[in-house]
Amino acid sequence: MLEGKVCLITGTSKGIGRAIAQRFSEEGAIVYANARTEGSIDQWAAESSEKNSTRVIPVYFDVRDANAAKQAVMQIKKDHQRLDVLVNNAGMVSYELLGLINIENFREMMEVNVVSVIQLIQLATRLMGRQGGGSVINISSIVGDKGVKGQLAYSATKGAVISLTKSAAKELASQNIRVNALAPGMIDTERLRGIMEKSFSERISDIGMGRMGKPEEVADACVFLASDLSTYVTGQVLGVDGSIIL
Amino acid sequence: MSNIEKYNEVFKSTFNVDDTALNGDLAAGRTDKWDSITHLSLVTNIEDEFDIMMDSEDILEFRSYEVGKQILAKYDVKL
Repeated sequence: MLEGKVCLITGTSKGIGRAIAQRFSEEGAIVYANARTEGSIDQWAAESSEKNSTRVIPVYFDVRDANAAKQAVMQIKKDHQRLDVLVNNAGMVSYELLGLINIENFREMMEVNVVSVIQLIQLATRLMGRQGGGSVINISSIVGDKGVKGQLAYSATKGAVISLTKSAAKELASQNIRVNALAPGMIDTERLRGIMEKSFSERISDIGMGRMGKPEEVADACVFLASDLSTYVTGQVLGVDGSIIL
Repeated sequence: MSNIEKYNEVFKSTFNVDDTALNGDLAAGRTDKWDSITHLSLVTNIEDEFDIMMDSEDILEFRSYEVGKQILAKYDVKL
């Protein structure tokens, strides 16, 4: 479904981002997979390239580094003269009650989860506009839409992702650039299991389907939004949450 | 075509003006022709013509025909 599409995905070292990059390569995309730590995804990228007969190219930068992000996009422009899909997945998470929010941590989380997303959309859409269109997919969260006790700061950043998605969609529609968001619920990743260890069974009972989602299920939804199956879909927030109640 | 000729052609096509308009008055706030849409079109056209990618700060600063020349110098484009 993504044969030959040039895709940049941030935060692919593990979890949802890794699953998205993996899935995209299985669908034939040329994947520029971002991670922060130099060399950390070289082996996986090489294996995925060979297994899926495509190219998975590691691009190492911190998404907060606007110049590094620009260099990455310029490299893509030089290699392919196009960028078809941007997936803004890299993000920070935190869990604390209102009175215990560390404002400096919150500022850093805003930089990663919101400011960097806007900067990357600015860069990517400068290429997409020239080529007659593209697809931007921002990974938000169900808590950005519904709110949840204990994640005010995180939900503020993910709520911002939802509103910027809708605004960008309206602004870029005339250039045939679609901008959508995914809002995952509780997804079975190392990160979440580590945090939820003690309250795991309680939280599962909040989920209608009775189980956590898999990163691959978020990746499948991402493939839909990246593919030509969604060419008239923009400005939408697609929940992938198994009917969770927060 | 020299760089200054290319630069001038981009301005002429973006703003639909002729050579007589290529002066200090071709600037944001001095002509109705310079709005957000033409500003972004100008940036795109300049980037395409000179194969560069401007930093966000430079995009925001690129507010006149004259200032643009100084900005392009930062990207090794000699006019």
